[in-house]
Amino acid sequence: MDTDTLAETLPAGLTPEDLKAGGIIPQRQNDKVVIRCMAPGGRITAARLHKIAEVAEKYGSGEVHLSVRMSPEILYVSLQDYPLVKEELAKVGQEIASCGKRVRVPTACGGCEYNPNGLVDTQGLALEFNRRYFGQDHYHKFKTAFSGCPIDCTRARESDLGFQGQVEPELVAEACSGCELCAEICPERALTMVAGLPVRDVERCLLCGDCLKICPNDALVAGRTGVAVYVGGKHGRHPHVAYPVAELVPEGEIFPVAEAVMAWYRENGRPGERIGLTVDRVGIDRLRRVLKPLIGPHLLQQHHIRRQRWRSVFWAGAADAFPHYGEV
Amino acid sequence: MATGTIHEVLDIRQDTCPITFVKTKLKLEQMQAGEVLEVLLTGGEPLQNVPRSVKAEGHRIFKVENLGDNQYRLLIECGISRE
Repeated sequence: MDTDTLAETLPAGLTPEDLKAGGIIPQRQNDKVVIRCMAPGGRITAARLHKIAEVAEKYGSGEVHLSVRMSPEILYVSLQDYPLVKEELAKVGQEIASCGKRVRVPTACGGCEYNPNGLVDTQGLALEFNRRYFGQDHYHKFKTAFSGCPIDCTRARESDLGFQGQVEPELVAEACSGCELCAEICPERALTMVAGLPVRDVERCLLCGDCLKICPNDALVAGRTGVAVYVGGKHGRHPHVAYPVAELVPEGEIFPVAEAVMAWYRENGRPGERIGLTVDRVGIDRLRRVLKPLIGPHLLQQHHIRRQRWRSVFWAGAADAFPHYGEV
Repeated sequence: MATGTIHEVLDIRQDTCPITFVKTKLKLEQMQAGEVLEVLLTGGEPLQNVPRSVKAEGHRIFKVENLGDNQYRLLIECGISRE
């Protein structure tokens, strides 16, 4: 059923947009809808999963689709059963997610809690982000992602607002045995041995922390730890890679940054415009100025952006960093 | 403490991940705390994964030797006491 047809069948005063706010997505099939369940960071208790399965069998087709952003979606539910479905799910604390022009449920990887690569608590951050901002209205959808490390499994660089864990290695020279293991395994070739000690090339280092984890003598230890901040990424018909905005932002500054970015979007955006396009139109410097009082020392400057480390993450407007496609 | 003695030798140069680490882990589980395992492995993925996992399991790598030709030798002191 398309949105217009659906609108005709809705109870008075209820619009398709209301449905989206409630996590109800129209199906092609007459009177059937998809119910999107909330699962911040893609994590869900077994009890809630059992209940979702039970509801899918009782009210749906007995199938669940895992959305591309980690939400379990119960298929083929009759619209008139929605209040019952909502009530059933609420018994185990399972809430309904949203769609449409608002803050969506954040995605997150395993993070440092159990993933060996994780550098920050992405699961905890996703839960807290969701608790604070879920469902707030915006000019367009607003998707947030938390990645625990620069591997970026949750694609922070392709989200409206993305955070990615980072750690700066610090050398305790007297503990180093000069074994060269760190230099051998650095995926970015950012470490070279000089006079028996590893020297880090900040032009190349992605702050992934692999060298700390492998160092047999704990001669490389965690220095500043935090997140890289990306703004303005998206998928869709016209994909847009995010602007890298800051690095090594302490975890405690994440929510103030998120609030400042969303306030900036409210002030500068236009209806129907994703934040990445707002940044393109208004200019990244306007946003950077707003963030300066909060995270000034962490903001990326032009000389950072010119580093190999950031050139490898191309951003809109930097055509020179993007390969030219020749005749084939 | 590790002495100059090497108690066991493991050659995983023909293996791929994660078999490289599985073999190393199983070997270390059969050894006593303080005993020394010599591991021969290749660069790239095995070198990236095996030492890191060995460290995370509580053993101590006290020597890393580049043998050239993309081959490496690790000396590991078994860190887990098995009575």
